[in-house]
Amino acid sequence: MAVATEPRPWTPDQPIIQLIDVHKSFGALEVLKGVSFSVKKGEVVCIIGPSGSGKSTLIRCINALVPVTSGTILVENIEVADPKLDKLALRRKVGMVFQQYNLFPHKTALQNVMMAPMHVLHQDRGEVEERARALMKKVRLTGKEHTYPGELSGGQQQRVAIARSLAMRPDVMLFDEVTAALDPETVKEVLFTIRELAEEGMTCMLVTHEMNFARDIADHVYFTDRGVIVEHGPPDTIFSAPRDPRTQEFLSQVL
Amino acid sequence: MDVIATWFKELYETTGLNFTVFYDPYDWNRYIHGVRMTVLLTVSTIMASLLIGVVGALLQSAPSRIVRGAVNGFVVLFRNTPPLVQIFFFYFGIGAILPAGQDQFGLRQPFIDNVEWAIIALSLFAGAFNVEIFRSGVEAVPKTTVEAAEALGYTRLKAYIYVILPLALRVCLPALNNNLVNLLKTTTLAYAIAVPETLYAVKQIWSESQNVFEMMLVLFVTYGLLVGILVWIMHRWEKSLRIPGYGR
Ligand SMILES: Nc1ncnc2c1ncn2[C@@H]1O[C@H](COP(=O)(O)OP(=O)(O)O)[C@@H](O)[C@H]1O
Ligand SMILES: [Mg+2]
Repeated sequence: MAVATEPRPWTPDQPIIQLIDVHKSFGALEVLKGVSFSVKKGEVVCIIGPSGSGKSTLIRCINALVPVTSGTILVENIEVADPKLDKLALRRKVGMVFQQYNLFPHKTALQNVMMAPMHVLHQDRGEVEERARALMKKVRLTGKEHTYPGELSGGQQQRVAIARSLAMRPDVMLFDEVTAALDPETVKEVLFTIRELAEEGMTCMLVTHEMNFARDIADHVYFTDRGVIVEHGPPDTIFSAPRDPRTQEFLSQVL
Repeated sequence: MDVIATWFKELYETTGLNFTVFYDPYDWNRYIHGVRMTVLLTVSTIMASLLIGVVGALLQSAPSRIVRGAVNGFVVLFRNTPPLVQIFFFYFGIGAILPAGQDQFGLRQPFIDNVEWAIIALSLFAGAFNVEIFRSGVEAVPKTTVEAAEALGYTRLKAYIYVILPLALRVCLPALNNNLVNLLKTTTLAYAIAVPETLYAVKQIWSESQNVFEMMLVLFVTYGLLVGILVWIMHRWEKSLRIPGYGR
């Protein structure tokens, strides 16, 4: 039986993420007021904007943690707003890292990285462990495999969280202010890890307040305010020659 | 064994304190069977009530309103009524209307006997409390931790099994501890439907030997020890669940 909602096969020349006129309201509060944009494979996109402007909501809509009110979100042609959405299929493709790390506190760092591939994808333990150890090395935490999250610094926990996401071999990584809760010294180590990922060609979408990092790493920057994209463009344009007065005001406050 | 028996016999002859259980093999046998029955009741009701608690707490956040309502109804019903009434309800109420077989003398032979009814009733009684206890633990698990599991592709059930429950358990262990100790003591209510547990056996002994005071002592010490063992086991469990660098 042919299913009408079967996605067109996705090819890498198509946008990997595409949002078309996305609206989101919490009760009477409209947080996203018609957001559209697309992200190409391998692109690094940064979203900046004042707090409360809907950046977290936007990024959480993309992996269906928050249901949209209207509009279309396509991730490799999977319609995220489809009520019959195969959430697992979506979440295999989209990794997410949170501001508060959100590691599983009752498991060691290595177990945190191994859990999802074993529990969700039912992959072979030996294979998963090998990959998890390689990921621990990649985020430069070799030696901390058997340490519990509560014994790690914020920066270390955040790098475990990145490794945990990568263990699912996602095509896209979403980062929601992942350095906002960290001490200034540990911010660097996390940004280093993200930069490495971006340089390897991982498609990344970051909400960030690290303007210098955004300027450095992004292919494209979106400035959002009160639920709309006010202005977007390559980082040099946005940071050096913003056109919209709201962007100018925001940047004058944070830079 | 002989030394002990002789000593208690002598104690009886010199002081009149008559601990029949410690020198009369017949009474000893009855007593030990009673203790074994208490242990059987306790272990099986603990297991079953834990299962009820774990499943009930999961179903309390089920998408279906009917399921949630049913769980809440169950909790209210079994928490708000006396356990002895529940035991009577199952044994005399339900047991009497269920179909039964016949034994070799043609007497009514129910398929569920008094021991089984006691286990069922006590499991449901303690299970209702366990549902509430586990729920309080589940509520203490940060939403963001559950969200992280979801973002990794965990379904609700898998997140419950691998993330929520292990964390909730650590939060609610003290309350669970209390409820299970209470459950052990509540198994004495099975006496009322003639389950030959410790209280029942000891009562039989004292009505034959007229040594109420001595057997009362035996009873207190027995339950004191049994509760002590349970508390020790729970304490070991709590320790084994402790996570380095987490919580208090
Ligand atoms: N689950 C929710 N329920 C109600 N309001 C919410 C919820 N999540 C976010 N909001 C509101 O939506 C607005 C945007 O929030 P958020 O997306 O977190 O902004 P940002 O990440 O840009 O700071 C805020 O006013 C916030 O209070
Ligand atoms: Mg935010």
